[in-house]
Amino acid sequence: MAETRTVVKQAKKPRWANLDLSNAKLIDMYRQMLLIRRFEERAAQEYGKSKIGGFCHLYIGQEAVGVGAIAALRKDDYIFSSYRDHGHALAAGMDPNGIMAELFGKFTGCSKGMGGSMHMFDASKNFMGGYGIVGGHVPLASGTAFASKYTGKDSVTICFFGEAAANQGVFHETLNLAALWKLPVIFICENNRYGMGTAVERASAVWDIYQKASAYDMDRLAVDGMDVLEMYRVIKRAADRARKNSSPTMIEARTYRFRGHSMSDPIHGHYRTKEEVEEQKKSDPIPGFAAELLAAGVLTQAMIDQMELEIKNIVNEAVDFADHSPEPPAEFLFENVYV
Amino acid sequence: MAIIQFREALNQAMCEEMDRDPNVFLMGEEVAQYQGAYKVSQGMLQRFGEKRVIDTPITEAGFAGLGIGAAMVGLRPIIEMMTWNFGILAFDQIFNNAAKIRYMSGGQFKVPMVVRGPSGAAHALGAQHSQSIESMVAHVPGLIVIAPSTPADGKGLLKSAIRDDNTVIFMESEMMYGQKGEVPEEEYVIPIGVGDIKRIGKDVTIVAWSKMLHVVLTAADELMKEGIEAEVIDPRTIRPLDEGLILSSVKKTNHCVVVEEAWPFASVGKEVAHRVYSKAFDYLDAPIEHVNGEDVPMPYATNLEKLMLPNVSKVVAAVKKSLNRL
Repeated sequence: MAETRTVVKQAKKPRWANLDLSNAKLIDMYRQMLLIRRFEERAAQEYGKSKIGGFCHLYIGQEAVGVGAIAALRKDDYIFSSYRDHGHALAAGMDPNGIMAELFGKFTGCSKGMGGSMHMFDASKNFMGGYGIVGGHVPLASGTAFASKYTGKDSVTICFFGEAAANQGVFHETLNLAALWKLPVIFICENNRYGMGTAVERASAVWDIYQKASAYDMDRLAVDGMDVLEMYRVIKRAADRARKNSSPTMIEARTYRFRGHSMSDPIHGHYRTKEEVEEQKKSDPIPGFAAELLAAGVLTQAMIDQMELEIKNIVNEAVDFADHSPEPPAEFLFENVYV
Repeated sequence: MAIIQFREALNQAMCEEMDRDPNVFLMGEEVAQYQGAYKVSQGMLQRFGEKRVIDTPITEAGFAGLGIGAAMVGLRPIIEMMTWNFGILAFDQIFNNAAKIRYMSGGQFKVPMVVRGPSGAAHALGAQHSQSIESMVAHVPGLIVIAPSTPADGKGLLKSAIRDDNTVIFMESEMMYGQKGEVPEEEYVIPIGVGDIKRIGKDVTIVAWSKMLHVVLTAADELMKEGIEAEVIDPRTIRPLDEGLILSSVKKTNHCVVVEEAWPFASVGKEVAHRVYSKAFDYLDAPIEHVNGEDVPMPYATNLEKLMLPNVSKVVAAVKKSLNRL
């Protein structure tokens, strides 16, 4: 987080002047970040009420990464996520009702209640799933990218994972294959600085995670993951290049999670201080982007208030939908083991 | 019928399926330029080109995972493991992703992929190159496991495996690649999950697959000299297991011996025995006998390697014990 953000309120031109972003798209990106924030705040409450079971890893604080990245994609691109997948699923345009129902273990969930928090899937959105083994899904992304190239399509694949996954062997195997075979895939490392409770400095010999791609001579860069416009800009450029030249990119998005690793651990404790978390919250991507859009007149406070209200209704409805949805029937236990 | 080697039969299966479906491709270590470590893919690069016959770096988890992702969006990869001992490096991909994606996505995605290669011991390859993996993979719901014993079965089952929409673990044997057998000239497939009676008999049922099937057939010849008629059942598919074929044979012979190369602890043979005990208990005249590889890593020394593995005399002894004719 050494880099400072370049929010320039007095600039003559807004930062998005050189990006192909309409006001409507800018507003939608803000709305998506806000939806993820409010959705997960509510999910945390429902977890506290035992409506949601198992592990539940919140994305709060990291919204700009997923929203900015996915906003830069086309509908026929592929998205892979890790176990911290609610935010990516929402950013991919998946139905909040289906996501909340999945968290509740209901048959109307996006994975019919068979996946849960860590395994959201939506084939209709090319959302290829959330995966629970750290780094284990990274090679799958090279597979969809391989398929795009094999079939002559110009779809791009993006793959989200944390900085801890970059220590896994299969991450390196995949980067090697992607670079060797020039696959149209973008690896997005969300460096939130902690693999569960282990700081990146205690886990990785190299602290600039994006530099790990240098071993494979792959295009690589670090970006301020608290800045949705920067995320959009770098992913758009990487996606264009992947489409045109079929080449991979590794992007390290420097971000921070404001909540614990999962719902089972406190926000701060043995591995980080309250002061550190509070300091990081000053870089909260949502108010930062709001201020910028307000300053430029793209948004008004009235619009934000209205948006908050609409999102509150969406989240309320999602909880209501999940609550009133049926559980998977007993016989579904044995469905879909085999085709 | 043509008489061809096992490796040729597998090669024909892959070539026919690649002719039939452009989404089928072969990927693995040394499959292309080198023509296959065991020459199973001989000539395929020349025939299908480097787009569809692809040499990989030595990165089993990486290319297995790549195959899974490709299968999720409609391709039908054949992933060759030079041996299944190396395939163990890809178990996370196979167990955690391939076997579960359909289930945990609520049926939205499927993974039609074949992962194939030799399993079990060859000669003097030592502890890390001589493992039989069938019970490791057969334990995992979501996987189909096939272990053919003849060129004809190998071809027909590999074609079915490539056409199947599930992930199939296909186990071959270094020792059998050169083995010859009759293979039909015309196109055919053998359905997954259907076993075969390799020898008809009335006194004892012997269940064996892959390389051990041939040990058992030789043992059956020996037993015949003493007037013991063994019925030899080859399940061909380990999962799903053709339980009905095994049970009907045991109900006829009232004796059962299971022969497998794998270690004895929690083996597929124990699963076979469980099915027989629980569904044909009253038909058994004696406890089920097991012949396994010994419960040790494979030694290098040739004399000890022979001791480690099942052989004809061990099978004969097990049958005689079952029949109380020791």
